[in-house]
Amino acid sequence: MITEYVPILIFLIFSLFFAGLMMSVGFTLGSRNPDLEKNSPYECGFEAFEDSRMKFDVRYYLVAILFIIFDLEIAFLFPWAIVVQKIGLIGLLAMALFLLILIVGFIYEWKKGALEWD
Amino acid sequence: MNYFYFIFNTLIEIIFVVAPLFLIVAYTTYSERKIIGYMQSRMGPTRVGPSGILQPIADVIKLISKEIIIPSNADRGLFLTAPVIMLVPSLLVWSVIPLSEYFVIADINAGLLFILALTSLSVYGVILAGWASNSKYAFLGSMRSAAQIIAYEIAMGFALVGVLMVAGSLNLQEIILSQKGGILNWFWLPLFPLFLIYLISGIAETNRAPFDVSEGESEIVAGFHVEYSGIAFAMFFLAEYMNLILISILVSIMFFGGWLSPFESTFLESYFYWIPGFFWLSIKTLFFIFLFLWLRATLPRYRYDQIMRLGWKIFLPITLIWIFLEGIMIYYNVEPWFSK
Repeated sequence: MITEYVPILIFLIFSLFFAGLMMSVGFTLGSRNPDLEKNSPYECGFEAFEDSRMKFDVRYYLVAILFIIFDLEIAFLFPWAIVVQKIGLIGLLAMALFLLILIVGFIYEWKKGALEWD
Repeated sequence: MNYFYFIFNTLIEIIFVVAPLFLIVAYTTYSERKIIGYMQSRMGPTRVGPSGILQPIADVIKLISKEIIIPSNADRGLFLTAPVIMLVPSLLVWSVIPLSEYFVIADINAGLLFILALTSLSVYGVILAGWASNSKYAFLGSMRSAAQIIAYEIAMGFALVGVLMVAGSLNLQEIILSQKGGILNWFWLPLFPLFLIYLISGIAETNRAPFDVSEGESEIVAGFHVEYSGIAFAMFFLAEYMNLILISILVSIMFFGGWLSPFESTFLESYFYWIPGFFWLSIKTLFFIFLFLWLRATLPRYRYDQIMRLGWKIFLPITLIWIFLEGIMIYYNVEPWFSK
């Protein structure tokens, strides 16, 4: 029933309000005297050189792509896992086939070295 | 009038959960410093109050009165949004946690899915904080942290699927009830590999030692929240410790029978029936919080390639094989896995 979710909505409003309250308390009670040195990005005492939005390793991106595939797989597994005790052999084999296809892809990634960090 | 009463009632319940939660967070930080102190032959905080008992209160006052520094190159809007995005989901998760057999704020039938969804949101806070700070350490820390969180989320999700297969429900109360029948019926025994994987992934998800490369203080200072100070930092800190407590309570609920008594269906049952379920849940949760602190004091930090290898090449295959085995067990109606 949708009414069961109403307390969650109330909780959401409460926690947004609370987070906003914490922020505003910090801004009102905290001291406030910025200067140039204090507001510069922290680099262990050096003057900040170059822009910090630098290039990053493509493997982070690769991990994110892999994550999407496997997370989607989990999303498919959830409803299956709940009824697995009722659907018998056909349900089991269907999911085994589905997982097998993904495992083939996983082995391919592994062999290609997409999971290597050195 | 009826609606007003309902909203008021819910707010009271929320405050009854959140206020003790903050107190527990405060004293988790205190006990962390004390426990790790004694494990390293130090004493931890001793100055504020008798044996330092008021230290967390002093810390809170200090954090409130500190200046919130906004770096000159930072994206102001995102910089101030990131702590909120971090804090709100880690508070909101507590609405579906059953604290005893009678008390849960929202008893929804998709509880576990809701938890999985909300715990995934924290990665947005990490990425936004690192990006908006416009600092190299913060940026590197947030990339590492995000990649690590999503890598372990997979293993965690598969472990949850294993739990669901045995429990047959997403509702947390029903997951607890399906473990009824004594300590050997709790899921830690029939799902032992998944229990270990869930626990370790939980530590990695919350970026705690030994998986804390994202805030490895010896190389990238503090990771994604290096530019935050004052109460904005406190919000990250609060979210991190609430997630730690959440993982502990979820392990207790899904693998250690939640509020069920450990003496169930033994000869001791009649002596301990009067102890409320909340007490058992607290004992189990406190044990896992202690385990988290203990691991931090004991283990050295992993290297980043080791962390990624553990997540992708060890945990993922083990969970896949275990789910397959579980499916076969359920098909042949083998007892602890087949429950109907």
